Amino acid sequence: MKKTALALLAVGTVAIAMEITGAGATFPQPIYTRWAAEFYKATGNKVNYQGIGSGGGIRQIINRTVDFGASDAPLTPEELNKHGLLQFPTVIGAVVMTYNIPELGKTVLNLDAKAVCDIYLGKIKKWNDPYLKQLNPNVNLPDRPIVVVHRSDGSGTTWIFTNWLSKTCPEWKEKVGFGTSVKWPTGVGGKGNPGVTNYVKRSQGGIGYVEYIYAKENNLPMARIKNREGVFVEPNIKTVQAAAAYAKWDKSKHFYQVLTDQPGKDTYPIAGATFILLAKDQPERSKKATTFFKWAYQNGDKYAEALHYIPMPSNVKNMIFEYWKENGVAP
Amino acid sequence: MEVVSSVKDRANSIKIRAGRVDKFVKVLLGFWALFVGLLFPLIVVLVLFKESKLAIDTFGLVKFLTNSNWDPVAENFGGLTMVVGTLASTFLAMLIATPVSIGIAIFITELAPKWLKPIISTAVELLAAIPSIIYGMWGFLVLAPVMGDKVEPWLQDKLGNLPIIGQLFSGTPTGIDVLTTSLVLSIMIIPFMAAVVRDSFNMVPAIMKESAYGLGATQWEVIRHVVIPYTASGIAGGLILATGRALGETMAVTFVAGNNPQIPKSLFDSFTTITVALANQFTEADTDIYLSSLYLLALLLFLVSFILLAIAKYMILRLEKRWKA
Repeated sequence: MKKTALALLAVGTVAIAMEITGAGATFPQPIYTRWAAEFYKATGNKVNYQGIGSGGGIRQIINRTVDFGASDAPLTPEELNKHGLLQFPTVIGAVVMTYNIPELGKTVLNLDAKAVCDIYLGKIKKWNDPYLKQLNPNVNLPDRPIVVVHRSDGSGTTWIFTNWLSKTCPEWKEKVGFGTSVKWPTGVGGKGNPGVTNYVKRSQGGIGYVEYIYAKENNLPMARIKNREGVFVEPNIKTVQAAAAYAKWDKSKHFYQVLTDQPGKDTYPIAGATFILLAKDQPERSKKATTFFKWAYQNGDKYAEALHYIPMPSNVKNMIFEYWKENGVAP
Repeated sequence: MEVVSSVKDRANSIKIRAGRVDKFVKVLLGFWALFVGLLFPLIVVLVLFKESKLAIDTFGLVKFLTNSNWDPVAENFGGLTMVVGTLASTFLAMLIATPVSIGIAIFITELAPKWLKPIISTAVELLAAIPSIIYGMWGFLVLAPVMGDKVEPWLQDKLGNLPIIGQLFSGTPTGIDVLTTSLVLSIMIIPFMAAVVRDSFNMVPAIMKESAYGLGATQWEVIRHVVIPYTASGIAGGLILATGRALGETMAVTFVAGNNPQIPKSLFDSFTTITVALANQFTEADTDIYLSSLYLLALLLFLVSFILLAIAKYMILRLEKRWKA
């Protein structure tokens, strides 16, 4: 009698312990892996996340080979409906402009969209350009050519950066546009954040864009960027979260929202959330994924902040919980 | 009587069994040779072709090959810049590596004192064991700054004003360009080339060299008129092996090439190659046509390598024929 009870119990626990598989974006991989480890400690359920890139993540969830896909760039509501997918954001990241101007010392560089746009279009060629001087009135900018560095690999970082330029600079929108990789008018390409950083560090007069997390961990100089309200804002947890808090999230559009150039005086303008994709027609599998992410929204903020990710504001989290309920995938 | 017949039977059965084993091994090995040599490349080509069909249908093979645009946003893809980059860097690397490798081989086989030979031989062979990413990091962190700050400005100063050639040395020297990439590539392929060339030099019959010396030839004349002509096909073989390696090299190139899909007009321009474009963009290729275009690039690389190696093989055969005649 006792034995059967034990056996039943064993079978029971095996059945309860889930295995959740996901694949996609590499940007949020460190935090998903951390959440997965803590989630396993707390609940005994395993999450297996593979950072194969956003493109791969989207393809895998379309083919229904994983429980959830992950993408740095949001899919449009049309694309989501076409493939029967659901979408919601998890954490926020930001893109920062880093530079190598030895003359500057500890002084922080001020930039705005027009300056960055013209630099990346190859129109502003030297650091002592009148327009840059005007943005940095009391700074002694050197007569040095600007070495423009961009990503050579396809990346969500590029997507956010070029999306910001497309929104704020008409010439960029017309000539280049935005995407995970674009046809760059000028500059050299480095592979990944380390590649860009190395090129910038190596060339005096270099400028490049990297993930906030990477810049923070490596103590790179980060420029203040002028936002929509005309204020120069430095990137940090508060200013990036402000972008998400002021943004108009819409459940009916599957949270399709890009956090670049958002309103708010204290908003850092080059931010972007990273997203999870679920299959609408497979509620059982999707519920497994939402179990994990619900736990992460409720218990995971401290782990995210320790890794310099910016957690979603609580009003957005509540909207996501409602969104799950409405679509029948709530855990 | 009985004993004899049983021995005979056993001998017979062993013979039959041995015959069967022979046959089995023959079929197995034959299958492997066929599979690796013919079927496997065929399967690869078929898969690449199938995946790149969308790009071929959309752009057309000729148009894809002559289009120098690579614009994922406008979904306008052309492979010209990558193909040119691959061929240019490989060609330059061969140009640098060939004389150096032949020189190393001559030194090892003909000139070096006996005790030095094994040391240099092993040292050169060890170069081949260094992982390519190490070459890339070295190229980026050590070679590129030296090239960008010292060598390239000097070259530009001395050669930049010459007619025609001057164009090759124009632009801002950054060290992240065609020249640095070709240098790194050449260092990577020298051990392969040098080893093959050295082995074929070693196979020159001593009697031929001795008779040349006997006729009063100098050491240089022996090398030039006996050793090198006798081993022409061996040298060509080394070249082929090295070309294959240079064409497919990715990791080292991605560090020092600058990864720009543009046709380099000067040795100081950044550029990209097929393999680098694939490694960089495959994971994030989000649209079908983007992915298909990358597959088409891979197919092109396969074809380019195949054609180049076929031409090289043909040249060896001709050289050999000329020598036998």
